[in-house]
Amino acid sequence: MKEIRLMKGNEAIAEGVIRAGCDGYFGYPITPQSEVLEYLMATATEQRTGMVTLQAESEIASIHMVYGGAAAGKRVMTSSSSPGISLMQEGISFMAGTELPCLLLNVVRGGPGLGTIQPSQSDYFQSVKGGGHGDYKMIVLAPASVQEMYDFAKLGFELAFKHRIQVMVLSDGAIGQMMEKVELDDAVPRWSDEEIVKLHPWATTGKTPDRERNIITSLDLNPVKQEIINQNLQKKFRHIEETEVRFEEFMCDDAEYLFVAYGSSARVCQKAVAIGREKGIKVGLLRPITLFPFPSKELARLAKQVKGMQAIEMSAGQMVEDVRLAVNGAVPVEHYGRLGGIIPAPDEVLHVLEQNFIHS
Amino acid sequence: MNDILTREEIIAPENIVYERTCLLTDCALSYCPGCGHGTAHRLIMETIEEMNIQSETIGVAPVGCSVLAYEFMDIDMQQAAHGRAPAVATGIKRLYPNKFVFTYQGDGDLAAIGTGETLHTCNRGENIAIFFVNNGIYGMTGGQMAPTTLPGMKTATSPFGRDTASMGYPLKITELVAQLPGTFYVTRQSVHTPANVRKTKKAIEKAFEYQKLNRGLCFVEIVSNCNSGWKMTPQESNDWMEANMFPTYPLGDIKLPKL
Ligand SMILES: Cc1ncc(C[n+]2csc(CCOP(=O)(O)OP(=O)(O)O)c2C)c(N)n1
Ligand code: SF4
Repeated sequence: MKEIRLMKGNEAIAEGVIRAGCDGYFGYPITPQSEVLEYLMATATEQRTGMVTLQAESEIASIHMVYGGAAAGKRVMTSSSSPGISLMQEGISFMAGTELPCLLLNVVRGGPGLGTIQPSQSDYFQSVKGGGHGDYKMIVLAPASVQEMYDFAKLGFELAFKHRIQVMVLSDGAIGQMMEKVELDDAVPRWSDEEIVKLHPWATTGKTPDRERNIITSLDLNPVKQEIINQNLQKKFRHIEETEVRFEEFMCDDAEYLFVAYGSSARVCQKAVAIGREKGIKVGLLRPITLFPFPSKELARLAKQVKGMQAIEMSAGQMVEDVRLAVNGAVPVEHYGRLGGIIPAPDEVLHVLEQNFIHS
Repeated sequence: MNDILTREEIIAPENIVYERTCLLTDCALSYCPGCGHGTAHRLIMETIEEMNIQSETIGVAPVGCSVLAYEFMDIDMQQAAHGRAPAVATGIKRLYPNKFVFTYQGDGDLAAIGTGETLHTCNRGENIAIFFVNNGIYGMTGGQMAPTTLPGMKTATSPFGRDTASMGYPLKITELVAQLPGTFYVTRQSVHTPANVRKTKKAIEKAFEYQKLNRGLCFVEIVSNCNSGWKMTPQESNDWMEANMFPTYPLGDIKLPKL
């Protein structure tokens, strides 16, 4: 029998990282995700698994502590919400340049600026297109339930080390704060220092006589070499696009109209599909689980089947750009979004779809 | 004159009295001739060699002239973003409490953009060493004003001299961190004369030795020259440093550990 608990999304991911063998969490409080740090502190991770939990003086310090730990081969993470994630962009870019694995959590709130503490999806561009400087991508996972907040801790670390890349869990204030049942699995043990030396020969663990020194740097002043470094990074991103796409389909088999939505918006759309089907409308939902890599091929395939796609986002229209790129004009793609922390209602989004494609 | 050795005699194995530490690589130093950075590097690497802790040491390089420190130091190293070395070192040390961790930073890196990280890392009493090379200027970017630039000192961004009324005062960050309970040993040294080199070496040794005690952060400032940035010959820059830098940044121990 699996252990089942009623948990908040933020608590679930905190429990998830402990059980995923995380070595260190470095973070700074911000609503609506402070429960992550609070949960880790209350759980006394150091006694439980030896995991270090440290409240840093800022998000800038947090991400650079993550850099230091990751460069030494440890499973490390930080979490924040939008304004804090903006501050971390320097460090994320440095981790991209040095190909360091880590887990990042953004429990998105509405912006710009201090904005609101209510849920939003307005950080899609920042997460998916590369929020810091330079040409880079992170793997971005979009949970739509508390269970997925838990599951993506382990999955996130696996992907991060498999590809030596930063994995961001792009959640929002609703998923972070709501409570649902979570099925917990057995804990993965933390790596011993000896295992780290074997598993990650690139890590700065101290130069031993049997190897050259390890250097973690994103600097190469020679443009020819720097171009090669960048080309290799791009190769890795293309490989991830080929191998790591994840999505979920709901009533797509015979769909004539398609909602495309992730995270909280996907939950709203799932309900809207159910209402639509009762009314006799053949509507389905494609929910991207990875936002990078984006399920472009699947959308292109569905574009041959449906008459129109309705993107729903709690933003002014960010993911919709990727939907349009995938569909490449084959069918009309419309956007509908609510801003500033408002979550749209199922009948509201269904009405929009009907207006755009059926009664137009 | 025949008691002066020829070049061949000097490099003959039987006449060698001093060798470069094996922990400095063969890579030619990128520093201007006369610059203090090279000596500071040597002293740190000599100490690591003598303590036999190469395999347990992780260094963090800054952004500044010493950004390429990892090219010269034969140990595992990480290159940190500008000013963030103390946070990076915190991340390493918290996860490897038994390893030796140090940062090597200039004054722009440590006392301007990285002030927050410096103060909080010291305040948490992280068991690391910080080696702080203070040359009163931004060397790498071409001699702009640093937080440590002296009043009246001319730099690329204070061409008429640092005007304290509009540009503030030299930041004595070493005295500041000495106030924090988290620091264990705080000292200010220089590497411009053999006697000072010996004192700095002692300070670096202590900074590594004390790290084993887990009693807090060791902070070693090295007041140094930037002959290029100051637009002087190496000798002029050392004389100028003695006459002008030392009155503001007096050498000596600032906080001695209570052992
Ligand atoms: C975020 C960021 N801002 C600015 C720079 C440009 N920059 C490189 S080195 C440097 C100053 C370094 O001065 P200092 O720390 O005093 O070291 P020195 O070169 O004198 O040894 C600056 C401003 C940078 N690399 N990154
Ligand atoms: S610019 Fe100044 S600090 Fe940099 S290497 Fe030259 S003398 Fe040294």
